[in-house]
Amino acid sequence: MKQIQVDQAYGPVVEGEALVSEEGFSPRYDLDRWSGLITRPGHKLEGASIVDKVCFFPTAKGGIAAGWAFYDIKWKKIAPKAFVFGVTNPVMVQGAVFAGIPITAGWNPHPRRVVRTGDWVRVDPGRRLIEVLR
Amino acid sequence: MELTPEEQAILGGGRGEAPRRALEYQVEVGRFWGARRMVPVGNVHMMGDIEVMGDAGLEFIKNEVKIGARCVVPTTTNARCIDFAQCERLGQDPAEVAKERSLIQFMRRMDVVTTDTCINYQTVYQPHLGEHVAWGDTGTVIYANSVFGARSNFESGPAALAAALTGRTPEYGFHLDEHRRGSFPVELKANLDDLADWGAVGKLVGEAHQDYFAVPVFHGYRRTPSADELKHLGAALASYGSMGMFHFVGVTPEAPSVEVALGGREPSERLTITEQDISEVFKSYDLGDGDARLMVFSGPQQSLFEMKRLADLFHGRKVKPGSSCFVTTNSAVLAQSRALGYAQALEDAGVTILEGVCFYILQNLSPMREKNRWTNMVSSSAKIVNIVGAHRFNAILRRTADCVDIACTGSLR
Repeated sequence: MKQIQVDQAYGPVVEGEALVSEEGFSPRYDLDRWSGLITRPGHKLEGASIVDKVCFFPTAKGGIAAGWAFYDIKWKKIAPKAFVFGVTNPVMVQGAVFAGIPITAGWNPHPRRVVRTGDWVRVDPGRRLIEVLR
Repeated sequence: MELTPEEQAILGGGRGEAPRRALEYQVEVGRFWGARRMVPVGNVHMMGDIEVMGDAGLEFIKNEVKIGARCVVPTTTNARCIDFAQCERLGQDPAEVAKERSLIQFMRRMDVVTTDTCINYQTVYQPHLGEHVAWGDTGTVIYANSVFGARSNFESGPAALAAALTGRTPEYGFHLDEHRRGSFPVELKANLDDLADWGAVGKLVGEAHQDYFAVPVFHGYRRTPSADELKHLGAALASYGSMGMFHFVGVTPEAPSVEVALGGREPSERLTITEQDISEVFKSYDLGDGDARLMVFSGPQQSLFEMKRLADLFHGRKVKPGSSCFVTTNSAVLAQSRALGYAQALEDAGVTILEGVCFYILQNLSPMREKNRWTNMVSSSAKIVNIVGAHRFNAILRRTADCVDIACTGSLR
């Protein structure tokens, strides 16, 4: 089974469909917080939905807003299953922990080599492991 | 984490349910980052407006008040999303306006000082070298770390509120010396005569290094930058690069020299920014359909000196009929601008001054864009140009005097 080891992790074990981005993410700059669609013109995932996905983003961008925004999208039932970051920042972690959304940071190997959008993956924060199930 | 007896008592519920929950949450965040302990904070600045919090956040705050939450350190609020004097004119949703009013009242019941400003560092509180604080938004944090030498991570609304209730924050990131060392030097050979030029520097450096822990070290600039210039530089670095700190040799307190700022670290690279680089930034924007009907001076809110400069530039001129020009500032700066005649000069020119808000977080901004059929947004703030895209604006950065010309002539160049 293909696996990704992560450096830092929070949350319970979850499974879901992967959404793999080559571009970073901010819930304030990139996301429509009413539909769960990435709406910023020119974002590499413009038009894609993060709802119930395991989202792979190489970087975290910008803003303080993620803290409330993650809690808001969780409450609206449009949150992803988990966030998997290459490099993250404190806000993403504070937001995910506050909303109870699993989050990880640091990856080996790079997801580009083992996972594609649409694959079914399991995020296991306790073992700091992501498994590609199919 | 190593917790003090007092912290263990808080976790045991000895100081009430709200601080217990807050500390439990902070410990979880601290564990993620490998924090060894908590550090006391002297000041908290938090984002809490209805646009970003939504009904979920409002319910959370209501419940916090119900369980007796009270700030134990001075705590202020960031810019909000409703201008109560202009909300009808802006077409802001009355239900959301009512929620924002309610939210402000709940915050005050927790002893939050609702300053509604993203320039607290220019107008409210200036932490000293080495002081630990828990601040958000990002522009406030990078200013605190860099210019004051204070110590803060980006603290999102819930994290800042937790710090306000416990009086402490987990010790990781910029609270630690090891993360405050510079990563790479950036020589500034450009003139940088306008605030937009400083934002352009932040864009060039930030976009190429999207890393919270990257700390650029600026050097070689021909003069001492002003507080407003450092504000636009920091806001843009934080926005484009998610960066939380920079050094500026001879200017910021932890950078007497490039070597000291790097703290013995081998630089990952060396950058130089020239006048040509800055010109390329301004040339890089797609002007779309040429729409020049929306001009915004915001993100961060304007300082008193920025208000004065705008008043001077707009003196004797008028915003072109059919165009809109917005300036945002906080209540303190606006009161002084009124007393000094700057506000009147701007209003005589047809400029709308918004108080206590930032343009890009305005409630109802997307419907406002549709109703006015705005396609472009022009601004002197590199930060707002970066972030307003989520509302589907095509945003264009221009120098301050050029922005005033565009607002008055309707001609976008």
